[in-house]
Amino acid sequence: MNWKNTTALSALAGGLLGVHATAVSAAELEFYFPVGVNAPAVETIQTLTDEWAAQNPQHSVKAVYAGNYEETTTKALTAANAGDPPAVAVLLAIDLFTLIEEGVIIPISDLADSPEEQAWLDGFYDGFMNDTKFDGKIYSVPFQRSTPVFYYNKDAFREAGLDPENPPETWDEMIEMGKQLTKRDDNGNVTQWGTRIPTLGLGGAWLFGGLVVSKGDVLSTETGMEARIDTPATIASLEFLQELAAEEVMAPGGISWGDTPKAFLEGQTASMWTSTGNLAFVNENAEFDWGVGFLPGGDGPGAPVGGGNFYIFEETTDEEREAALDFIKFMTSADSAARWSMATGYVAPRPDTWETDMMKAYAEELPQALVALDQLPYAEREFATFQRAKVTQYLVEAIESVVTGSQDPAAAVAEAQEKADEVLGDYR
Amino acid sequence: MNKRLPIGLGFILLVIPCSLLAAFTHYPAVKALVNSMWNNASSFRPSKFVGFENYEAMLADDRLSQVLLNSTLYAIGTVPLAIGLSIGMALLVNSKLPGTWLMRLSFFMPTMLPLVAVANIWLFFYAPGIGLASQILSSFGLPSINFLGRTDTSLVSMMVVAIWKEAGLFMIFYLAALQGIPANLKDAARLEGAGSVRVFIDVVMPLLRPTTIFVAVNALINAFRLVDHIIVMTRGGPNNSSALLLYYIYEVTFAHRDFAYGATLTVLMVVILGLLAALQFWVLNRKAHYQ
Repeated sequence: MNWKNTTALSALAGGLLGVHATAVSAAELEFYFPVGVNAPAVETIQTLTDEWAAQNPQHSVKAVYAGNYEETTTKALTAANAGDPPAVAVLLAIDLFTLIEEGVIIPISDLADSPEEQAWLDGFYDGFMNDTKFDGKIYSVPFQRSTPVFYYNKDAFREAGLDPENPPETWDEMIEMGKQLTKRDDNGNVTQWGTRIPTLGLGGAWLFGGLVVSKGDVLSTETGMEARIDTPATIASLEFLQELAAEEVMAPGGISWGDTPKAFLEGQTASMWTSTGNLAFVNENAEFDWGVGFLPGGDGPGAPVGGGNFYIFEETTDEEREAALDFIKFMTSADSAARWSMATGYVAPRPDTWETDMMKAYAEELPQALVALDQLPYAEREFATFQRAKVTQYLVEAIESVVTGSQDPAAAVAEAQEKADEVLGDYR
Repeated sequence: MNKRLPIGLGFILLVIPCSLLAAFTHYPAVKALVNSMWNNASSFRPSKFVGFENYEAMLADDRLSQVLLNSTLYAIGTVPLAIGLSIGMALLVNSKLPGTWLMRLSFFMPTMLPLVAVANIWLFFYAPGIGLASQILSSFGLPSINFLGRTDTSLVSMMVVAIWKEAGLFMIFYLAALQGIPANLKDAARLEGAGSVRVFIDVVMPLLRPTTIFVAVNALINAFRLVDHIIVMTRGGPNNSSALLLYYIYEVTFAHRDFAYGATLTVLMVVILGLLAALQFWVLNRKAHYQ
């Protein structure tokens, strides 16, 4: 309730002193943001925030680093339930349904109602706008968006006699090439695996969505009430993961998200499937020649989109909402988005960003950065439903139980589907 | 000195601790009990009284039974091992060997680190292929083990972290107890011809019993209380194989935002801990009246 008190006090003080309020109304913004990648993200956000504040001296903004995505969502929701939400926050795009159900966010398309602002909203890539909409309204603005891509060690490809400019494009090629990339020491222990797809936890579920998309299906739809966990595509995807382990292309058992970039940099794996958000980290630390390709697909290319969007919270004053919208416009402007994208590897969400000189020079120097953009037309929304955390847990359990060998694919997805339907049934 | 406090002052002095206890212990416990009887409200669903519906859901929860099994195994695994290890370390640093101060320091070091830091260190130990554990295995020509990625090793890996973290603290208690044992008792036993093993079993161990019970109580409480390493290292996975009760409560409440079911699980946890505490005080009263 801080802002209320402050506003009331300053109004009172203004009244007592007989100061006439100026036309420009001031807002004190609180801005929560998470960091989900290995990059100097906090400094970049702080710098951009300070620049906006300098351009808008009538407002003030406090950028609060709130941990990883999950922690930031928890903090924002807890603050909102206590009646003191941040004005604006970057939260997962897939938190949309949770935030709507809790009734804590406002549709940005209602706020950005002038023709210029509508044009601005139309200026984002469609691939990133799909998961901002509910019931015909736009609730969030893309900011730190990513898709997973296939990183590979070109030196390892050369060593195995493979063409370093032709990474695998299909699952069959992945297995074929992967077998040649797996290396063993004299004792028969593997020193370098062919590939590494994180399969544990939420990161695993995210990448799994890409496998399913490449088989021509999706895990969830825009209604937020449908989970498609038990489909031929999911079973085929799980069987692909099993086959990678059986053919000794990938380490057996569950594979963690967090260790993956390190394993790639240390040469433990010749390739990895992970977020473009790790581009800057890999670029800085790789001591070998590396490339990036589309995720190898089952029936063609396919990937999930992921990452975080800007949301504006419900319990805010009109001044705060206007200021928050202006802040979001600044953060997603061509110049800011270019700097943010270069610092992290996130895919800049608007075409105008890619046309800046800064971005052109960057793409020339690091052509790997363009792959995610080219892959975007093949990308689908990330798994999201109402009660997302709970329903995603069922999906995670199904994937984990298959990769650890506790259950076969068909039984695992059937069980998860049944549990998901039970939860989502209440919403239909 | 013997002047009695005026009743008013005594009352004021009592108010502060009592209100803290009421505000932070009793009120939340009662509130959890009340919340467990209501559904989980959102803007779509009004809140309503559901009676024991959440408890029925709890009985039918497969995941909970797995979690309770994990918690039991975790307690059975960590408590005796931590006690055994800390007695061993205490005997070692209590001996007349050179360099005991260095041993004391290194044994106590893990206790001083926050559990989150410990978990991050062990995350690197366990990392398959690149971690210390893998490198030790590979120097013996063994394949690396994916400790945190297998359902049969993840819980054991968590136990090792907890024991490593806790044994140093318990060692301090045992060290204090060992130094409190009068030398004449041991000397008398030796005069009677007892070897050092016999002295330890028949003289030292019985005198350490109050410490052992104290340490066991603490280790058991910690087995339920500390889940930071689970959050950092496995998030209960893979496939719930390393999920403990408190972690599950955290996940249900703050990740799934199912506050009603979280409250129900909290009531279960309070009941379990209450029973354990009662059992331990009963044992304590029967067995600890030695000295």
